[in-house]
Amino acid sequence: MVKFQISDLDIWFGEVHALKKVSMAIQANEILSVIGPSNSGKTTFLRVLNRLNDLNQNFKMTGSIKLEQDDINNIDPELLRKRVGMVFALPLPLPLSIFDNVAYGVRMHGKKNKKMLKDAVEESLKEAHLWDEVKDRLNESAFKLSGGQQQRLCIARTLAVEPEVILFDEPCSGLDPISTAKVEDAMVKLKEDYTIVLVTNNVKQAARVGDKTAFFLSGELIELDKTDKIFTAPFDKRTDGYIRGKFG
Amino acid sequence: MIRNPYRTQKIAFFFLLLATLLIVIPVGLIVVIIIQKGLPAINWQFLVDMPRQGMRAGGIFPAIIGTIYLVTGAIIFALPIGLLAAIYLSEYSKDNLLTRLIKLAIVNLAGVPSVVYGLFGLALFVVFFKFGASILSGSLTLGIMILPVIITTSREALESVPYSFREVSLSLGASKWQTIRHIVLPNAIPGILTGTILGLGRAAGETAPILFTVAAFYLPQLPNSIFDQAMALPYHLYVISTQVPNVDEKIRYGTAFVLLALVLFMNLVAIIIRYRFRKKKKW
Repeated sequence: MVKFQISDLDIWFGEVHALKKVSMAIQANEILSVIGPSNSGKTTFLRVLNRLNDLNQNFKMTGSIKLEQDDINNIDPELLRKRVGMVFALPLPLPLSIFDNVAYGVRMHGKKNKKMLKDAVEESLKEAHLWDEVKDRLNESAFKLSGGQQQRLCIARTLAVEPEVILFDEPCSGLDPISTAKVEDAMVKLKEDYTIVLVTNNVKQAARVGDKTAFFLSGELIELDKTDKIFTAPFDKRTDGYIRGKFG
Repeated sequence: MIRNPYRTQKIAFFFLLLATLLIVIPVGLIVVIIIQKGLPAINWQFLVDMPRQGMRAGGIFPAIIGTIYLVTGAIIFALPIGLLAAIYLSEYSKDNLLTRLIKLAIVNLAGVPSVVYGLFGLALFVVFFKFGASILSGSLTLGIMILPVIITTSREALESVPYSFREVSLSLGASKWQTIRHIVLPNAIPGILTGTILGLGRAAGETAPILFTVAAFYLPQLPNSIFDQAMALPYHLYVISTQVPNVDEKIRYGTAFVLLALVLFMNLVAIIIRYRFRKKKKW
């Protein structure tokens, strides 16, 4: 099933043409890795999917993005972001307790029942492989957790609002290898229930977890294919050059 | 002559210290002199008694109460409006020429001489709105005077909340107002409170804005409503220092001491609040 259908997407920030004529489909229950050098437009691409770019007053887009049947610009941004969650590059807990971090989104969508909140928090923390480490200290500040724990907390927080799609923006860029492995494990488990788009600077990470891989360069989508294909026999020689570390 | 880095360092140190002392010493002297000359006048009678014999005896109770009324009124008026304006400017307004002009104008309003505010209050509240010389007119005038302080400090407090918190909140599907209400405001409270209390201190100490709008020369009774005139500490101090002959020096310095203590107390509260919130800050 196609989750996102993107056609002829062009994005500008003022005079800067950030994405050029991008068309692609993102399949449900898959991990799509997005790779490319800095300034290739991969984060812009990610942030257009939950309309976070709308916050920039110089942002302009043409073309269309459909989430299932609906054009995302016809969906309320709040509703869209509930359906399309995001995990940021750095662990960004809110200045609240561990419990309140995970419960935040749920509360904002109007659920106040204590029992329901508790269940949602516990379930999300379990899904993010963090429950066992924090179950006895849910009322402590989220800033007392280690970097890797904080990032899994952010994943749990995103899961708690029950999205359909999760966008990961270089989620492991600030983490050590062991924490990275834990986050990757969580992602692979999550694709059973969610569609995942993963922007990463780590080509090996894309190879490890991605079902499909998209390669962006200077705002253009150069190639999108099964991850095996991209890493063994890429169609375009620029893709080949990038994954072999020849530029970027 | 070869420059000796050790000696230039000493010279620099000397001038830096000198400049610092030039600030500290006068402040210290003011406090010491006022305490030394004012403290003997302070007793329970002085604080809770009406002025008597044309302000040459008795206490300053109505002036203390008047100042408290005026400051409270000013804050009831200025804090909500200032805070809402600050939220609009920092969270909602687009960054364009008009917004920048408004921000610049607000910063500059903080520098307008207080007597100008006094005349403005006279024209608008006393005459145009026909509130007369009253606590209401005085409070509104003081409120307008401290609005720029409150708006500017509140805006800075709001803007110092990291942008990433807003993005996270929005990305979870919270609306903009929910984000402001649950994430931005709670983390900006210490800064907002500090600005508010600094504004309070300023409102308590100013003479010119209340001169034409509320202050009574000699009114040995408490106000009954916000439409009454009232005495106020700074104006009372001015009156007994320049307008009434043969006032005992002790009473003048006693009044100055009470005013100073009131303002310092407010600043102290600001510092304590800020300190306690900083300790609670979680990032």
